[in-house]
Amino acid sequence: MSTVRIPPTLRTSTGGEKRVDVPGDTVRAVVAALVVAHPGLEAQLLGQDGDLNAFVNAFLNDTDIRHLQGLDTPVTDRDTLSLLPAMAGG
Amino acid sequence: MAIETPSAPISHTGLRILGMRCRNCGAEQPIGLDYVCPACFGPLEVAYDYAVIGASLTRETITARAPGIWRYAELLPVDAPPARGLPVGSTPLLLADRLAPTLGLDRLWIKDDTRNPSLSFKDRAVAVAAARALEFGVEALACASTGNLAGATAAAAAAVGLPAYVFIPADLEPAKVDHALAYGATVVPIEGTYDDVNRLCLEVADETGWGFVNINLRPFYAEGSKTLAYEIAESLGWRSPDVVVAPVASGAMFTRVARGFEELADLGLIDRRPIRFVGGQAAGCAPVATAWAAGTDVIEPVRTPDTIVRSLAIGNPADGRYVVELVNETKGSLEAIEDEITAAAIRDVARLEGIYPETAGGVTLAAAAAARRRGVIRPDDEVVALLTGNGLKTPDARSLGHGDGIARPGQPGLAPAIRPSLTAFERWLDGSAS
Repeated sequence: MSTVRIPPTLRTSTGGEKRVDVPGDTVRAVVAALVVAHPGLEAQLLGQDGDLNAFVNAFLNDTDIRHLQGLDTPVTDRDTLSLLPAMAGG
Repeated sequence: MAIETPSAPISHTGLRILGMRCRNCGAEQPIGLDYVCPACFGPLEVAYDYAVIGASLTRETITARAPGIWRYAELLPVDAPPARGLPVGSTPLLLADRLAPTLGLDRLWIKDDTRNPSLSFKDRAVAVAAARALEFGVEALACASTGNLAGATAAAAAAVGLPAYVFIPADLEPAKVDHALAYGATVVPIEGTYDDVNRLCLEVADETGWGFVNINLRPFYAEGSKTLAYEIAESLGWRSPDVVVAPVASGAMFTRVARGFEELADLGLIDRRPIRFVGGQAAGCAPVATAWAAGTDVIEPVRTPDTIVRSLAIGNPADGRYVVELVNETKGSLEAIEDEITAAAIRDVARLEGIYPETAGGVTLAAAAAARRRGVIRPDDEVVALLTGNGLKTPDARSLGHGDGIARPGQPGLAPAIRPSLTAFERWLDGSAS
């Protein structure tokens, strides 16, 4: 099981859980399993095409998955996936 | 430090601020520290009732007020101007007629935001965020910064009496680090890029409840940049220019300047005329300019920015798609500028106009020249360029990032040390003249 870190905006859909352990061998599979476990997350996280919403950034062990292999990035049991809003500017 | 309060009170005849609205899906939320739409994860923005604002806000009301951003208080997301804060805004709009011909321009105005309290335009955004932070009762003010925001947050926190935590990339320019330290901030260097700093701060903001000006206070912070447009319009005698040229990092300021002009036109304070928006990015970190040139609004993040222009080194800009949209709608352009050109532009504006901007200012002026060559800026256009930060923050920029920015013998313009005698002086003068 990989760990997904849940930001406060999404915690209403996870019963307040900050971390959720779900199975999956790619980021896509992990997100799919997460949405099955907590169906309320689907509209927030996924677009109609099944990809992540434009405003969702995913980080595998603190690296943006767009710098890896995107949703196809392999995931192991030791990995942590963070879902964060696209928000940057200093 | 006390600010000057507007001499005319702001109107409370109706509910001026309606709440927060998602820019992406339009879902509404009450005002608070939430910054992300619970429905779609999109960015929340402040929603106003412009009918209420328009009923009382006139040119005369504004011009009767004291200088500073709070003279436009009705268009800012606070219930009332804050009792404490720094005097921000009302910076000059200067006709740059010595520099203009070197850029191929006929009429160039410089909005000189190098002279805000902490020497950058960020003071505008932070003043609004800090005012809201006090209302929300946060324990500390914080930010993720490429440098200018560090100083602005630290200074504003000092002025309102809150502790400041400033997160920066560990390799930031020393002058910017020292600047934030001077105001008593706690500076937290992070081993990584700005985007690493920002990602960490998103998580820290969630867990600490600190008021991060550019994260959980972002809906308010972003609004502060609109005052650049209000001031430009007022300085021009209540009208807009043909072209606005500004730097693009996250894209928040760039898009809010456009909205500021829109609001003034909506309220009938200026005539509605088309404005072309030209953005400048550093070639070593130009995700938005690259997307625009490729004809897409999907921004490919830059993982490792490589440029002296640290203040624009955001590889993953949140408002990038909105910048592309604005540039396309207004028939503007996005220009990617090489560091050598940026350094030369800083030298030119300092030498010809007596204004010394930091690196983003060099990018902006070079972008104006590039847009002129591209034909986006035409002969006879009236152009306003936003110089958003002070050159004292980036002393190594003129030498392209080599060295520490400290003048040493041999540097052009720096004479060798001479004895304090007229004879020695005359000998040197004769030698340098020959």
